[in-house]
Amino acid sequence: MYRILKKEDLNPSVCYLEISSPQIAKAAQPGQFIILRITEKGERIPLTIHGFDEPEDTISIIVQKAGKTTDQLCSLNAGDGLLDLAGPLGKPSLAVKEKRVLFIAGGVGAAEAYPIARAIKQERGEVAVILGAKSAEDLILEKQLRALTSKVYVSTDDGSYGRKGFVTDLLSEILLKDKSFDLIYAIGPLAMMAAVSNLSRHYKVKTLVSLNSIMLDGTGMCGSCRVTVGNETKFACVDGPEFDGHLVDFDELMKRQARFKKKECRSRKLAGKK
Amino acid sequence: MKEQNPQERINNFNEVALGYTPEQAILEAKRCLGCKNAGCIQGCPVEIDIPGFIAEIKKGSFDKAYQVLKEKNNLPAVCGRVCPQETQCEKACVLAKKGKPIAVGSLERFVADWAISHGVSERPEQKFKELERNTQYAIGNTKKIAIIGSGPAGLTAAADLAKTGYQVIIFESLHAVGGVLRYGIPEFRLPKEIVDTEVGYIEKLGVKMEVNAVIGRIKTIDQLRVEGFKAFFIATGAGLPYFLGIKGENLNGVYSANEFLTRVNLMNAYRFPDYDTPVNIGRKVAVIGAGNVALDSARVSRRLGAGEVTIVYRRSESEMPARFEEIKHAREEGIKFELLTSPIKIYGYENGWVRAMRCLRNRLAEPDASGRRRPVAIPDSEFDFDCDLVVVAVGQGPNPLLLSTIPELKLNKRGNIEADPEGRTSVPDIFAGGDIVTGAATVIEAMGMGKRAARAIDNYLTKLINC
Ligand SMILES: Cc1cc2nc3c(=O)[nH]c(=O)nc-3n(C[C@H](O)[C@H](O)[C@H](O)COP(=O)(O)OP(=O)(O)OC[C@H]3O[C@@H](n4cnc5c(N)ncnc54)[C@H](O)[C@@H]3O)c2cc1C
Ligand SMILES: Cc1cc2nc3c(=O)[nH]c(=O)nc-3n(C[C@H](O)[C@H](O)[C@H](O)COP(=O)(O)OP(=O)(O)OC[C@H]3O[C@@H](n4cnc5c(N)ncnc54)[C@H](O)[C@@H]3O)c2cc1C
Ligand code: SF4
Ligand code: FES
Repeated sequence: MYRILKKEDLNPSVCYLEISSPQIAKAAQPGQFIILRITEKGERIPLTIHGFDEPEDTISIIVQKAGKTTDQLCSLNAGDGLLDLAGPLGKPSLAVKEKRVLFIAGGVGAAEAYPIARAIKQERGEVAVILGAKSAEDLILEKQLRALTSKVYVSTDDGSYGRKGFVTDLLSEILLKDKSFDLIYAIGPLAMMAAVSNLSRHYKVKTLVSLNSIMLDGTGMCGSCRVTVGNETKFACVDGPEFDGHLVDFDELMKRQARFKKKECRSRKLAGKK
Repeated sequence: MKEQNPQERINNFNEVALGYTPEQAILEAKRCLGCKNAGCIQGCPVEIDIPGFIAEIKKGSFDKAYQVLKEKNNLPAVCGRVCPQETQCEKACVLAKKGKPIAVGSLERFVADWAISHGVSERPEQKFKELERNTQYAIGNTKKIAIIGSGPAGLTAAADLAKTGYQVIIFESLHAVGGVLRYGIPEFRLPKEIVDTEVGYIEKLGVKMEVNAVIGRIKTIDQLRVEGFKAFFIATGAGLPYFLGIKGENLNGVYSANEFLTRVNLMNAYRFPDYDTPVNIGRKVAVIGAGNVALDSARVSRRLGAGEVTIVYRRSESEMPARFEEIKHAREEGIKFELLTSPIKIYGYENGWVRAMRCLRNRLAEPDASGRRRPVAIPDSEFDFDCDLVVVAVGQGPNPLLLSTIPELKLNKRGNIEADPEGRTSVPDIFAGGDIVTGAATVIEAMGMGKRAARAIDNYLTKLINC
């Protein structure tokens, strides 16, 4: 049993959890994830490790309610436990080695961008961040990111905060003015990462994306998470989750993400949600 | 042996074979000649005293029969169900020449099941109790051994080492132990309760099991050395699914057998929505391959409600690697066989779902390296095969996750660990066995290697302490 030490709702659909797990906290690096299971009948789901050092023997995750298991996770509280927690999984982020990195984080993507951006700052690199969300209340971690860099740009789809529009609008403006980024790091919904990759290809800036393909074991055993990258089949859980955005077949991945849609909806409905 | 009726069993995941009654077991045991130079023992990779346990069955002393079995085999209820007896002990039985060898597998299963239902399997062995008392145990107990992987190889080595008196910890990356016995072989061939019971026995011997522990990620071998582990047994299995490398393999509805079976067996997707993990069911399912893994996938599909299930295999019936009994069971359950056929492309709809598979017909040429006749494509024999679900079951290889963190460990060309028959590798304190050494093989071979490695580890550590 892995105990939840702290729970906070960041907004109505996103929560923050601190979980006691000394071994994972010790081993984790930016860009890695865990796989958890809440109950005996539960699904194994992957979530990025958002924090792994404060306090020392805990890790934190930031969860967007997307279906039955994530709904359930956000309904837990401090004192509750998780049945299984495996990790750290995936390769540590390559971005931490770069000097000047522009992050583009959509929604809960900020949860993964933050530890990587912080690691780059600690290595004396420079970061800029474009934060995007549907609406003002969906933005997370803005304050924390502003503490890392003065270059935080915000856009919301409905214009309720920051610029109205998509992150790609801000991105093309920035890329027109500033050509000095070593790397663009995009993390968020698939459609967003695809759009960013298309744009940055045009500007010839190297781009990493962190893929959220459907996983099962997370150790390269099942092949559920496979994606086509540069015409080769890769397993996102062990070869990634980070890949060169210019080489990812996003069209295929988006179709693959819908493999269990009907059953997922049924599961969520049965659990008492819309 | 009594079996569940095929029409009924395709609607449930309950066991197919129902086992002997005591009367049947005694009757079968009485046919055994109790040979002096018993061929059956030589045919058994873990050297069970077969005439010995059968003699006890004859007398009706099932408890004693169980003790004899357990002497060599830590997982008899598993082996009695899944071993390819027809190519091992039963093939070597003198009565095989007359056409009807002793049903050693069925007898083994009977005794193990009897022990479970009578609570005998819960009792640690007499020998082990004595061990606890002697000093050797106290010395050995200070030595920690790490086993990585909890499949039949790891479990066997752990049990034998614990019986010798070592402190053994098994690290398993999944949330449940058993390896393929848990996530690969379906409930209707090997009930998970059986795996639980046999694992429970090994825990009673003092073996600790740490699940959710992906070695190579959470800890490296080096870190385990620092924590005081004196020897390692790597038994991580063949956990890398192979694909055919044909077009359309990433379409929705194309599974590796590993994904398909793990969803169903480990995650209980066949009980969705009571259990949360989903799996899709096809109307027309094609399973590519004809080994045990393929047959299991086909029979699982049938039970999930697939309308039509076909095994697509590139060679002919006599080359099929699956156990004879499983092929027979599959036929009874209405599984079709499209033999001498190779898929070359999978087609999909616009929305990314599988629609059909393009195949070629083969003929058989001279034998290849595997000793089986090689399939050769017949020109212009292309045809399309309608299907909406494809399970690729063409083999598994060594998973590199852990191995890539031990660069000093020698691997062969295929990426398997190089180890001698005793499990010794190029690194003195690292031993290895099971599918990670041999490539995908059998439960009993993995167990045999686990046993030999346990002995080699004991030798290695004894020498360490003596100098
Ligand atoms: C490496 C990685 C890191 C991730 N990090 C985060 C994170 O930090 N915060 C966060 O909120 N979400 C993260 N996700 C996504 C998260 O795993 C899914 O939202 C979650 O699995 C949905 O489960 P559910 O039962 O609530 O929803 P479901 O109803 O089962 O599914 C909702 C959607 O989630 C996706 N999904 C479903 N099952 C899985 C699965 N087993 N693996 C991956 N995706 C799945 C599908 O696209 C589906 O449409 C990450 C995914 C990956 C692969
Ligand atoms: C579907 C299927 C059906 C089969 N049917 C039969 C049959 O009828 N008869 C028969 O004799 N054989 C059968 N086999 C083959 C047999 O199951 C295998 O040969 C046997 O299980 C190999 O045992 P093992 O101990 O080497 O590895 P496995 O059983 O594969 O176990 C390896 C374990 O190691 C774990 N692991 C891997 N990497 C790590 C890591 N880095 N850290 C921690 N843990 C790790 C894995 O999660 C797994 O649990 C079948 C195989 C399959 C897949
Ligand atoms: S070879 Fe056959 S008959 Fe002889 S002891 Fe073994 S099982 Fe019995
Ligand atoms: S999740 Fe199974 S291989 Fe990646």
